[in-house]
Amino acid sequence: MSARVSIQTADFNLADEVAALRAGDSRVGAVCSFVGTVRDRNEGSSVAGMELEHYPGMTEKAIEAMIDEAQRRFDICAARVIHRVGLLKPLDQIMMVAVTSAHRGQSFQACEFLMDYLKTQAPFWKKEQTPQGARWVDARASDDAALAKWGIAATNAVVGR
Amino acid sequence: MKVSVKYFASVREAIGLGGEDLETSALTLGALRDELIARGGAHAEALARGRAVRMALDQWMSEESAALPEGAEVAFFPPVTGG
Repeated sequence: MSARVSIQTADFNLADEVAALRAGDSRVGAVCSFVGTVRDRNEGSSVAGMELEHYPGMTEKAIEAMIDEAQRRFDICAARVIHRVGLLKPLDQIMMVAVTSAHRGQSFQACEFLMDYLKTQAPFWKKEQTPQGARWVDARASDDAALAKWGIAATNAVVGR
Repeated sequence: MKVSVKYFASVREAIGLGGEDLETSALTLGALRDELIARGGAHAEALARGRAVRMALDQWMSEESAALPEGAEVAFFPPVTGG
């Protein structure tokens, strides 16, 4: 089995990753994937690019644990997460999640679960370049709310904590 | 006891260091944060109470009440924004 989690500066090809994820696994009848990309606007400013920082070691462990939790909660065959770090510009791919399962419901849910989990619990930080200068992106309360619907309390975006 | 401290993102920039090895008598992550705040200067600013600071202990997200073991790797950073 190939790696489940990759943190890399290089771009990725979703079709190649999905092909590898379901290769030789005839149990699979459904594949769901999500790709996050760099927007040219955020919080009312144009964005010329962004730099992604992470915590080497912790990032991989955290996402591996999230995939283990997805395997416990959902009837899925396999999952793969790739997240890029370093300098990215608008239109670039930032990250992807792909999940396989026998039927679509489980992979749809597991894909969303992994995204919601990663958003609030994986140690990545984005710094955007705007016309007003570089700024660290603020965490969103809506991402904590998204994880709460899976029964997991998150306080990532809570200020004063 | 000795601990290894790491800083990331805006906390790293404010303190001007990626990390440092420390001798501490703190028993919890929160007490270690207070020790660093008590140094004043950039540490006090970056880790100030009321500021959104998250912590990891040996590379797992942790609360301030977590006990600090000898040789621990502790990280301080702002709320995460990946994905």
